[in-house]
Amino acid sequence: MYWQEDKECMSRGDLEQLQLERLQSTLYRVGTHVPFYRQKFSEMKLDYEGFNSLEDIRKLPFTTKQDLRDSYPYGLFAVPLREVVRVHSSSGTTGQATVVGYTKNDIKNWSDLVARVLCAAGVTADDVIQIAFGYGLFTGGFGIHYGAERLGASVIPISAGNTKRQIQIMQDFKTTALVCTPSYALNIADVLFDMGINPAGLSLKVGLFGAEPWSEAMRREINEKLGIKATDNYGLSEVMGPGVAGECQECNGLHINEDHFLVEVLDPETLEPVEPGEVGELVITTLTKEAFPMIRYRTRDLTRLLHEPCPCGRIFTRMHRILGRTDDMLIIKGVNVFPTQIESILFNIDGTEPHYRIVVERENHQDRATVMVEVRESLFSDQMSKQRALIDTIKRKLNSELGIGVAVKLVEEKTLERFEGKGQRVIDKRKI
Amino acid sequence: MLKIRNLESGYGKIKVLKHVSMHVDPGEIVTIIGANGAGKTTLLSTIAGLVKAASGEAEFKGTNILKSKAAAIPALGCVMVPEGRQVFATMTVEENLLLGGHVLQKQGKQVLVELLEYQYELFPILRDRRNQLAGTLSGGEQQMLAMGRALMSKPSLVMMDEPSTGLAPLIVKEIFQIIVRLRQEGNTVLLVEQNAKAALGIADRGYVLETGKIILQGPAEDLLANQDVQRAYLGREKTEEK
Repeated sequence: MYWQEDKECMSRGDLEQLQLERLQSTLYRVGTHVPFYRQKFSEMKLDYEGFNSLEDIRKLPFTTKQDLRDSYPYGLFAVPLREVVRVHSSSGTTGQATVVGYTKNDIKNWSDLVARVLCAAGVTADDVIQIAFGYGLFTGGFGIHYGAERLGASVIPISAGNTKRQIQIMQDFKTTALVCTPSYALNIADVLFDMGINPAGLSLKVGLFGAEPWSEAMRREINEKLGIKATDNYGLSEVMGPGVAGECQECNGLHINEDHFLVEVLDPETLEPVEPGEVGELVITTLTKEAFPMIRYRTRDLTRLLHEPCPCGRIFTRMHRILGRTDDMLIIKGVNVFPTQIESILFNIDGTEPHYRIVVERENHQDRATVMVEVRESLFSDQMSKQRALIDTIKRKLNSELGIGVAVKLVEEKTLERFEGKGQRVIDKRKI
Repeated sequence: MLKIRNLESGYGKIKVLKHVSMHVDPGEIVTIIGANGAGKTTLLSTIAGLVKAASGEAEFKGTNILKSKAAAIPALGCVMVPEGRQVFATMTVEENLLLGGHVLQKQGKQVLVELLEYQYELFPILRDRRNQLAGTLSGGEQQMLAMGRALMSKPSLVMMDEPSTGLAPLIVKEIFQIIVRLRQEGNTVLLVEQNAKAALGIADRGYVLETGKIILQGPAEDLLANQDVQRAYLGREKTEEK
């Protein structure tokens, strides 16, 4: 039922004591080991050794995605590289990527935290768990993998893609737990239907879904179509990866692993705390990370905290499933994409005009992105081969930079609507 | 059991401890490691009420002990085994032990007899030497006597200051085995040690104290694996350059 009951069910007072101790040593760590924070603290004339209470966290500076980019690749590491045993990178692009590292202890803690999330979702050592998250630099695959092994489950590290093979293995290996993005779960359900396989004949019983926003309606659909109990979990590579928060079987909000992460929910404009239970931006401070500690990392994810006690007995505060973003980041097929990335790629391709539109749709539970871009009129009077060559170039560049396949459509000059003021270049037609 | 927040203390104008926060849960061995002069003994002395805290909070079983007099703290269940044993040399072993049990005197002789028996079982050598003067004991035996004396008050928390000081490695091993046994029997131990490797080897959790500040904390195995701890306290710096 619990993975680390002494922590998950500790008293609020003991938790706050532990958080304070850990925050104080984290501040010492970053203040002495990370030049970025040392400089920020000294600019702010901040006595980081004089912290008396958890509320003092509001005096600390924020860390943003841009800070991580500016420190590419190892600038924010708090330990020398020889102590780092793993490096992950955000699903990013050249120049935009962010790099995070883990020491041996970080990996151990990460494994335990993911094991907690899996355990809360109902996974046990007796389960056969199919991990259909991408492996590689993305934290999802390896994060869940290590946690599942720590828990003692039988791990199938199948990685993402090749749905028919996923289903084959699910049948043959008698998979009982599935981990992937919620949209991919529905995609699997559709393929099952097309192949004429009755999900009731599978051994599946639980599913953990994350890495993209989803809804209660989607949960119901997944539960119905796959005959499982679906839970939500949350994490981000900047603070660790999966294992930051996860739902218990009450399926009513995600328990935040508060002994390792101190969370705040702030008004994204004023950066002041919202009223308890109100929606705001999630800001996370790591309390135990050795290699890559983060102070007040602005996740840009919108959520609200649920302070009522949970019947499952865990003391950790729950957060509502992610309600949206404070920036224009899109999550397409589980990959983070910023419109500005697409824009800068287009600008560097000869023959295109600086007007574009990104249309994201969901068809058969699969995300599909189409980039519409204006090209010079002359191109349309030219041979078709030139148009095709241009489409191929754009596709190739977008694919290699973003890591996802994107459809490209050329349109004539001045056919896309022009904006006055703030433009709406993204049309997200997905209903989740 | 013991919760300390932002404790500051020192001697006169010299501030030794700076914003120390730590806790000990029941049934744990918690160790505080650090170099000479880091403030380890000052921390224990402040908890024991021997040094007055300048600011901060210290709660023992819900009681604010910063307001208690040093003499009242053992009766709350918090005792200290001082560094260098400090047994009463001109008294016998048994007299030393009985002194440790003085807070339980009101509970009658039978209680003390049982406790004596318990100490003799834990430290058989003390039974053999029960009528010998404490000053004639070897260093290891004196350390055992100091521990037995502290345990005579049936404390909920035993604080030990450098039990390994000046003892031969074999004796240190024996003392540490006894500390592990104390935990098995449900005791709670706060162990201050310079011998980081031995202390972390038996502890559940640890704190690293450096110039009066806690710079690291965590499960003992994590601290053992931490490269900063290895470099500074375990003497395990590997030179990879040829």
